[in-house]
Amino acid sequence: MNEENQVYFIDSDALPPEVLKRKHRLEQDPSFRTDHMAYLQGMEVIESDVKDKVIAAMNAYDYDSYTAEDVKRALSHETCSIEDFKALLSPAAAPFLEEMARKAEEETRKHFGNTVYLFTPLYIANYCQNYCVYCGFNCYNNIHRKKLTPEEIDHEMKVIADSGMEEILMLTGESRKYSDIHYIGEAVKTARKYFRNIGIEIYPVNTDEYRYLHECGVDYVTVFQETYDSDKYETLHLLGHKRVWPYRFDAQERALRAGMRGAGFSALLGLSDFRKDALASALHVYYLNRKYPHAELSLSCPRLRPIVNNDKINPRDVGEKELCQVLCAYRIFLPYVGITVSSRESAQFRNGITKICATKVSAGVSTGIGDHEAKYEGKEETEAGDEQFEINDGRSFETMYQDLEEGGLQPVLNDYIYV
Amino acid sequence: MEDKLVLGGHEFTSRFILGSGKYNLNLIKAAVEQGGAQIITLALRRANTKQSESILDFIPEGVTLLPNTSGARNAEEAVRIARLSRAMGCGDFVKVEIMHDAKYLLPDNYETVRATEILAKEGFVVLPYMYPDLNVARDLQNAGAAAVMPLAAPIGSNKGLATKEFIQILIDEIDLPVIVDAGIGRPSQACEAMEMGAAAIMANTAIATAGDVPAMAGAFRQAIEAGRTAYVTGMGRVLTRGGSASDPLTGFLR
Repeated sequence: MNEENQVYFIDSDALPPEVLKRKHRLEQDPSFRTDHMAYLQGMEVIESDVKDKVIAAMNAYDYDSYTAEDVKRALSHETCSIEDFKALLSPAAAPFLEEMARKAEEETRKHFGNTVYLFTPLYIANYCQNYCVYCGFNCYNNIHRKKLTPEEIDHEMKVIADSGMEEILMLTGESRKYSDIHYIGEAVKTARKYFRNIGIEIYPVNTDEYRYLHECGVDYVTVFQETYDSDKYETLHLLGHKRVWPYRFDAQERALRAGMRGAGFSALLGLSDFRKDALASALHVYYLNRKYPHAELSLSCPRLRPIVNNDKINPRDVGEKELCQVLCAYRIFLPYVGITVSSRESAQFRNGITKICATKVSAGVSTGIGDHEAKYEGKEETEAGDEQFEINDGRSFETMYQDLEEGGLQPVLNDYIYV
Repeated sequence: MEDKLVLGGHEFTSRFILGSGKYNLNLIKAAVEQGGAQIITLALRRANTKQSESILDFIPEGVTLLPNTSGARNAEEAVRIARLSRAMGCGDFVKVEIMHDAKYLLPDNYETVRATEILAKEGFVVLPYMYPDLNVARDLQNAGAAAVMPLAAPIGSNKGLATKEFIQILIDEIDLPVIVDAGIGRPSQACEAMEMGAAAIMANTAIATAGDVPAMAGAFRQAIEAGRTAYVTGMGRVLTRGGSASDPLTGFLR
């Protein structure tokens, strides 16, 4: 057994013996698992060289080879080259964190002024067919599953919209069976009644399906690659369509080809070598920007969090200083992209990072299913579906809004028009 | 005779167009007052909010709104945004901004000409944001633009008159007001553009990122006024480096 993965594996008494046996075999026997580089039937293959460029650069990245001199040179350049970016991500840049933050802040102000966008995620279903070992929704985790009905979706959205929020990110677990495209499309149509700006974070789909969702009202698609190291990816995503690494990689490009206005990217920092993952995430954005210059691209920076039934999961070597370094490097290399910092991070970190480089934060967050009324208005909700992960910053929309203003920033609820 | 800026038949005594993005809404009023601005731009996509604090509530009365079409990626989207703006009560002025480039936010001149033509026919006072290209400026004039708004440098870059030579060509050749937009980072750069004969200056980031937003708006006002006065008065003789030759070149003439 892979000892490194041991922290993730949790069994449930509720699993029948044959299921448990299969689960253990998936965990222990790589030959029992499918080829993670092979597309499944129905998965669209697109012609694109972006993947090869990103992976070649990531594989060649030897971050220990960079020196303080490289970092100083990078900080003195007016435009940040890929080589400069590699230096800024390297351990040699750690002593320069304050200088990086200053430069990042300057770039942020140039491109975004003092504005910070607010959004909230809405999980509409937590059914999932994948076994991703670190995720609370994974198919072997014994949690309360739920899929909101159209009426419940409408109600949840109304509760959120009444709080003042205008941008929503709709999420599902990855189940084509329980949350099919039309179910999501109908939910998006409902969202248009309540929100100005709609994004989705669902399982990757084909171009025609993204086009359908775009026509329903979605303009932003977020897909986290989790890790760009496909060998590592294989050991963490043991079952389900998510296991297919290259199909996931091309998701944003398919979404842009389908007419979406923008796309979000990230690795889940802490799963693998975070410096290599950060490099690959940024280059994924960089090369897609060169190919689709009109697209509005954004980076997130999620770190591992504890989940229901497993409180041992943690971001390992990605401390807050490392995270800050990564985000400053992102900003200096890609001054024009949005940077989102989610409620996985503490209030203190988020207050600080919005002054440097983050341009979007979530507020009033629940990663559970159907519990916004309970959380927003203190009502009892016993039927809610369990959460994907434990959040850290539980601030309400109102508190977040005030805190941003008090920090000298300008909270913006919408900067978008559907045309 | 009073020196007025005329845009689509509307007269203004101020030649400073203030942006409203990237800074706190409650500073807009003070910035307008200290900057003496009579026109303020606003991104319709920012005004498209249910927020209790809509940007529109912060704009003082008597100031002309110049809604922009930022977010539009082509002419059709710009036209839709402009029509929406008029329907929302933002008036007939529109700054056409069409960007097919999320990195530098450079305007798409071709689509801009197309949108200008459609909107001018619909009675809008169209102020197109453009890359300073003489042929395009002529096309915009023929399409019915009320002014042209060439960029000095990429938006937010505060780099000043990077396109100086080409803006000068527009000033020399185009009969419309030439409003220098984007990239002006310092009052001195605004002054320089006005000395060249620009009709007005549009600035946002330079003011939004200043330590004291209203005070910087005031500094821009002074610089713009100084540059305008210098231009109207007629700039004095500017010596080239090394001075002029002492012996007259025409001394051979009898």
